[in-house]
Amino acid sequence: MQQTQAVEHEAGTAAPAPAPRLGRAIVLTSGKGGVGKTTTTANLGTALASRGVKVVLVDADIGLRNLDILLGLESRVKHHLLDVLEERASLDDALVPSKYGDTLFLLAAAQSREKDDVETEKMKALIAGLRERFDYVLIDCPAGIELGFKNAVAGADEAIVVCTPEVSAVRDVDRVVGLLGNRFRPQLVINRLRPALVRKGKMLSVDDVNAILRLPLLGVIADEPDIIVTTNRGEPLALRRENPTGAAYHAIAARIAGEDVPVPMPPLSKPSFLERMSSLFGGKRA
Amino acid sequence: MIEFLRRLFGQSGSSATAKERLRLVLMTDHLELAPEMIEKLKADLVDVISRHVEVDRDRIEVNFERQDSVLALLANIPIVSVNRPGGNGSHSGESNGSHSAESNGSAQALAPSPTESPAQAAAEAPAAEDAVAVGPAASKKKTAGDAAPHVRKRRRRKKNAGPNAAAAATPT
Repeated sequence: MQQTQAVEHEAGTAAPAPAPRLGRAIVLTSGKGGVGKTTTTANLGTALASRGVKVVLVDADIGLRNLDILLGLESRVKHHLLDVLEERASLDDALVPSKYGDTLFLLAAAQSREKDDVETEKMKALIAGLRERFDYVLIDCPAGIELGFKNAVAGADEAIVVCTPEVSAVRDVDRVVGLLGNRFRPQLVINRLRPALVRKGKMLSVDDVNAILRLPLLGVIADEPDIIVTTNRGEPLALRRENPTGAAYHAIAARIAGEDVPVPMPPLSKPSFLERMSSLFGGKRA
Repeated sequence: MIEFLRRLFGQSGSSATAKERLRLVLMTDHLELAPEMIEKLKADLVDVISRHVEVDRDRIEVNFERQDSVLALLANIPIVSVNRPGGNGSHSGESNGSHSAESNGSAQALAPSPTESPAQAAAEAPAAEDAVAVGPAASKKKTAGDAAPHVRKRRRRKKNAGPNAAAAATPT
């Protein structure tokens, strides 16, 4: 909060830089589409930036730009990632300041181009440059495991995998973790958990998922109507700390920052009257 | 099994089904993505068995099969010849005492049944058509040693003995 130094002023002040401390470049990936990578990126970015650190969100989903709309910045994007890579625009011109914090910026994806238009080496150099200017570089990876994935991963030094409690998502995360290889030690965010279904044994539980993936667990996000509502408005739920899911994003951000905070976990809601009745007739909660 | 327990405890249990299906599909995925691991497993398997009987390395088949709720490792290893029982006749065991002890350990892991050691099994029918079949093993990463509780050894009739059968008829 106290840190309000905007990035665009940096070029002018030629003061000798203190020992350059590189920021962390974290790619958010999943293999499967539609598990909430972009929503997670937007919310974790918002939560991290609220801690007063400088954060840039890079939309690496070339051709399917969406991070801008989740942050309510769609009308402010003038230049995109490929403009920077192909030197049609400077980085400063392309970085869009967030509405929700002085330390949060967006580098949007190109909408009219294809993932294969990005050169891996250039992408690497771009992320390296961003790490010199920001404390956190969050890279929103496209779905799939082709070149788009490889480019998004190339410059990152850490990975967060986003998984929903579904067989297809778990399988794809397993594959992606294999592809990430030894360079990363991916951490896991389980998204869209529905506690009521888990309690009834109708959805894979956190333990079920992680018995298979065996990854360090960063946090669990419930499947919540509020996420849809905030997405509609372009206001990440992490702006609302009083909301349990918003608070969960802040807990994950704190954990990323190295704070010793418990893994946020949506409470298994109380059984309904009907469930309690049925449990009277021989059912047992597991 | 898990499904049954869930039912017993009044759960509809589709999550248990999901878990079980995932476990199996991931094992198969991992195997598919690691052909070099299978080659290494094959080589290790043959090395262990070769300490006791001579096998036909060119005709070894190692496959993984989904069987209901387990993934089984099926190895078909044609035996070429068997050492004379009684003496300390294993190939690798003679040169080095400690090595020999180690190889005995591995052999037991492969054939936990006390009534049917590899040497005895082969002695009953020292013919080239006999093959050692190993299975079912539970997990993709299991080595022969790890898999011990699941591994069963049985003899199987090869349908066609092949050209190597002639050579095999003259044990060393």
